[in-house]
Amino acid sequence: MNTKVTIAGVELQNPVMTASGTFGSGQEYSELVDLNRLGAVVTKGVSKEPWQGNPTPRIAETYGGMLNAIGLQNPGVDLFVKRDIPFLKKYHTKIIVNVCGKSESDYCEVVERLSGEPVDMLEINISCPNVKEGGIAFGQDAKAVESITREIKRYAKQPVIMKLSPNVTSIADMAKAAEAGGADAISLINTLTGMKIDIHRKNFALANRTGGLSGPAIKPVAVNMVYQASHAVKLPVIGMGGIASWEDAVEFMLAGATAVSIGTANFYQPDTTIQVVEGIEHYLEQYGYQDVNEIIGMV
Amino acid sequence: MAEKWKERAVIVRQDEIATNVYSIWFQTEKIAGAAKPGQFISVFGEEGSRLLPRPISICEMNKEKGMLRIVYRIAGKGTEEFSRYRAGAALSIMGPLGNGYTLKKKRALLIGGGIGIPPLVELAKQLKCEKQIVAGYRDEIFLAETLSKYGTLTIATENGSIGVKGTVLDAIEEKGIEADIIYACGPTPMLRAVKEYAARKGMEAQISLEERMACGIGACLACVCQSKETDSHTNVKNKRVCKDGPVFQAEEVEL
Repeated sequence: MNTKVTIAGVELQNPVMTASGTFGSGQEYSELVDLNRLGAVVTKGVSKEPWQGNPTPRIAETYGGMLNAIGLQNPGVDLFVKRDIPFLKKYHTKIIVNVCGKSESDYCEVVERLSGEPVDMLEINISCPNVKEGGIAFGQDAKAVESITREIKRYAKQPVIMKLSPNVTSIADMAKAAEAGGADAISLINTLTGMKIDIHRKNFALANRTGGLSGPAIKPVAVNMVYQASHAVKLPVIGMGGIASWEDAVEFMLAGATAVSIGTANFYQPDTTIQVVEGIEHYLEQYGYQDVNEIIGMV
Repeated sequence: MAEKWKERAVIVRQDEIATNVYSIWFQTEKIAGAAKPGQFISVFGEEGSRLLPRPISICEMNKEKGMLRIVYRIAGKGTEEFSRYRAGAALSIMGPLGNGYTLKKKRALLIGGGIGIPPLVELAKQLKCEKQIVAGYRDEIFLAETLSKYGTLTIATENGSIGVKGTVLDAIEEKGIEADIIYACGPTPMLRAVKEYAARKGMEAQISLEERMACGIGACLACVCQSKETDSHTNVKNKRVCKDGPVFQAEEVEL
């Protein structure tokens, strides 16, 4: 049985990845999860300089999900290249580095800095709802998406995945804009902007007031957007948003995703990625498929 | 790299030891065997709508019997759910997590406030030296009998119903308690006062912080605290409470 999928010429041993920001650079989870069994590790967003992130509280629990407003805290690309890439290189998995920035030139500098590094793909975060500059500002306007994609492609040596925001009127338009700008793949969805109010303290639950909603609660929204986007473009789609089981992952693949990412579920079920890898194999066996690629976009 | 496990652990017993304060003994050989004073475990709910684990400090271990005890206060729906389980039921737990206290052979002063008191039990049990324990409560006391087995206990209550009326620091001053090192756990205002007191006295103070957590293992960066210097891991002035803490040297963090 074949579980390999190919995205922009990069062959993954299976379609299961981690979602950026939920897995660090894999080091902490490597004590609980065998990284060798993952299709890819997608790192936490990395920027040109170290970022402090937002004040705490940075998270709040919601019904079937959670809000986060970490604010892309990260050690900066220099330390990341020195420490995190060599760590991940020890494992038999692909490395996808998530890139964030405050301006177009910030993104391009990081992308250029990574061009000589043993990184398999780049995922460009133009959809973080928790930072004032950059992030989502580039991801809510089709023209801006196309323009930043084109600019980044000029500097990138590795395939570029544009990570799209669900906080838009038409996900299909954003997917088309990424495609027009020359993206090699798209990933979606990032978190949905939300708010929680503590009725006893009579204040916002998060210091940042708003945060990004993730977890099983957002899964139907994500499945729909993956379906819409995969029908709008020819690019491979990496699907994510509330995946907590292999059944969820299969749903995304049937909707059109070539690969899937596990995010929030890592927090409460650290071995979800492994369960999904095994579960997909059982599903293929159960229905007599020889190749995981047969089920992509079947619905 | 300290080992940690996520497993189903059977509840050996659960008791309400004060109003809304509960004690659970879990059967968990590996976690109980590896745990150190000041570490915590993640406790997961079973109900499904609440996903994130609750980080709860380890009160004490019984390594011979492979048991571990937590003492927690009902603070919301998650902890309320835990309080409903009885002996024989099982919950998913992960641990031991965090760094724990660094035990020194110096005259020790253990300071706990409210639901920060439980981790002092195992600490007091393991410290082999002269120990003063100061526990501050709002009004109702718990774990006092256990603590007094392991050191000289002074109680402070806000309304003065038991022990000294006032804060833990009021009690330390009133009783003229002297020591060479402080180990503390409690609410941030208390820790701020302890930090200031230790600085004034030129004493080492190890303080245990609390913050909302998601992963509990240092990956998600939800539970950071502000550090005085740039942290070598985060490369910014933030430390991870779950991984680099929860116990910090008082002077390395900003409260």
